[in-house]
Amino acid sequence: MRATPAIEVGTGLFVLLGFAALFFLVTQITSRDIGFGDNTYRLNATFEQVGGLKVGAPVSMSGVTIGRVESIGYDFNEYKAVVRLRIDQRYDRIPDDSDASIFTAGLLGGQYVGIGPGGSETFFKDGDQIQFTQSAIVLESLISKFLFSKAGEQADAKASEGAK
Amino acid sequence: MMRLLQEIRSRTVDLFAEVGRYALFTGRLLMETPRALTRPSLVITQVHNAGALSLVIIMLSGLFVGMVLGLQGFDLLERFGSEDSLGTAAALGLVKELGPVVTALLFAGRAGTALASELGLMRATDQLSAMEIMAVDPIRRVVMPRFLGGIIAMPLLAAIFSMIGIFGAQLIGVQMMGVDPGQFWSQMRGAVEHGDIMEGVIKSCVFGVACSAIAVYEGFHSLPTAEGVGRATTRTVVISSVVVLLLDYMLTAVML
Repeated sequence: MRATPAIEVGTGLFVLLGFAALFFLVTQITSRDIGFGDNTYRLNATFEQVGGLKVGAPVSMSGVTIGRVESIGYDFNEYKAVVRLRIDQRYDRIPDDSDASIFTAGLLGGQYVGIGPGGSETFFKDGDQIQFTQSAIVLESLISKFLFSKAGEQADAKASEGAK
Repeated sequence: MMRLLQEIRSRTVDLFAEVGRYALFTGRLLMETPRALTRPSLVITQVHNAGALSLVIIMLSGLFVGMVLGLQGFDLLERFGSEDSLGTAAALGLVKELGPVVTALLFAGRAGTALASELGLMRATDQLSAMEIMAVDPIRRVVMPRFLGGIIAMPLLAAIFSMIGIFGAQLIGVQMMGVDPGQFWSQMRGAVEHGDIMEGVIKSCVFGVACSAIAVYEGFHSLPTAEGVGRATTRTVVISSVVVLLLDYMLTAVML
């Protein structure tokens, strides 16, 4: 049985549709924007606590995504987490005294790095270190702090009542 | 008692022999692959048979699986107030699991049975023997193009299935249930990574090799009777389904 033209056309359409579907899956439902790859520069930031920050998480300024988290490592000299950020080259005018903080999107959402602009006249260059950082807030430690302070207040109140 | 033990022993030996024959046959097919690719027109015909002709059933099933995912996912996620993650749930479920597995099961039912019964009928009507007499190797001429056609078609079918499924989930989630379309797509984009899609593609390639090898093995080695062809077809579906689900578990465990 030879491949007739009709079969070849049908097969061609099928293969094209298949690759179109693959292309759709790769480009439309994943986060790596095309064209975001080469035109970027890197910034480093060290944090006491990165919480649930993940590689690929967005870096945003005033809610605009300007880059992504490239890698998260641990520095045994400082005993801190080192987060490497990839920032889009279009956003190359970030003052070099800007601060980086780790925020949570919504109550259960993923974590992201937020950058608050500073007032310096000079801007970050490729490979610079962000000096001012604020760690992720870990919900458990926040709750335990709150509970302990409440318990402390009650103990104080009882102690003062006892004194009266 | 002795007879029972002997029976168990011979059954076990049979099982080992069957697995061994499968492995040798698949090895032979893989060895023949480069040579078979030099005759593309035969392979194209089989890509058409296994792939293009399965397109309608794959697309229809993908649509309905996606719609069911949309309904079930919405019902479940709404309880936690996180129905915005419906896109993520549907996309990950389809790309990583349902796409490759359901496609492979449908492929075994649609294309695998066609392959097995076609080859079985060739065996029963002595076409394969006739080829051997004419010094044409039936494995090269008949089996290889079918095997390769199945392997090429499977990942493409799985990708089409996943894509249609995502649109099905979107249809139910966004159009009917009122999930915000922006949240649906952007949360999906945020959560799905290239690795997840790679996982689906690897899975469907492995399933393609397994399903095609089983179908051509069963057809090629079927008994040359009407009953034998029927049995080969049944065995194709049963063995393919079990092997696909087994492989799926192992691949998921490795790649998760």
